[in-house]
Amino acid sequence: MSAEHAHAGHSGGGKLGMWLFISTEMLLFGGLFLLYAMYRYNHPIDFHEASQELSRFFGTLNTCVLFSSSFTVALAVLFLRQGDKAKARLFLLITIALALAFITVKGFEWAAKFHHGLYPSSATLLARPKGEILYFGLYFTMTGIHALHVLIGIGLFSVIYFLINKGSVTPQRPILLENTILYWSMVDVIWIFLFPLFYLIS
Amino acid sequence: METTTTKEKEPTIRSYAVVWIALVILTAVTVTIGALHVGSLSVILSLAIAAAQATLVFVYFMHLRYEKHPVIRLIVPIVFILLAIFIGLTFSDVLTR
Repeated sequence: MSAEHAHAGHSGGGKLGMWLFISTEMLLFGGLFLLYAMYRYNHPIDFHEASQELSRFFGTLNTCVLFSSSFTVALAVLFLRQGDKAKARLFLLITIALALAFITVKGFEWAAKFHHGLYPSSATLLARPKGEILYFGLYFTMTGIHALHVLIGIGLFSVIYFLINKGSVTPQRPILLENTILYWSMVDVIWIFLFPLFYLIS
Repeated sequence: METTTTKEKEPTIRSYAVVWIALVILTAVTVTIGALHVGSLSVILSLAIAAAQATLVFVYFMHLRYEKHPVIRLIVPIVFILLAIFIGLTFSDVLTR
């Protein structure tokens, strides 16, 4: 991808391509949101009961962590454009740390659920009402795919950190970092909808 | 003292900070509403707040405010219209069974 950008000269094509990719990502999650809406409509009480078992504290904490990471990475590209590579790298490292914090909190949440015997197809889960099985199925699928995107984001940020060091992501050619920010903001938008639907709505 | 003109062409540290604080405040509001047990109203309110937060992210963090490319400006509305059609058609079936 970086080679293409290097030859593109200007960022128009690379950015349009990223936006097309993001639209497919939003449709992927859109399909899952449609499933959620239907199952919730069919099993309102089970969905309410199951959603009470998620930790609102951890959910809220992770929402704020994710917003903060979007803020710090926005500052990273701002500093890169101003030619301040040291600050750009610093804010990239802070962003990676925040993303790791998100994954850690998510890991604790999932571990607590596993500890209570709640994981896809577990005997404890299958003994529950149908709506709760569907709720936790969607919960693990959607937050799982979301967490996978966060992990990919951490990988991308790490690569860009080294590319800034190497000199192939520069103030004149910041497109790789800018596209990664578009990706990271999309991860934000998906979480913005996941959070109230799974943690808050009763 | 920095002099910021009313029409900003480029994002600044300050504009990003304002958006970040707005997102956190909206999260606090939606969590508070969720704790109040206002019934089906909470669904509408939290989705409205989520839509407002998503708009902030699209417009500022994803730079749609500064975007000139016509196709890029259209992508988000197109995706949301498509999703509305999917959900609308599905529920036109589910609700009338």
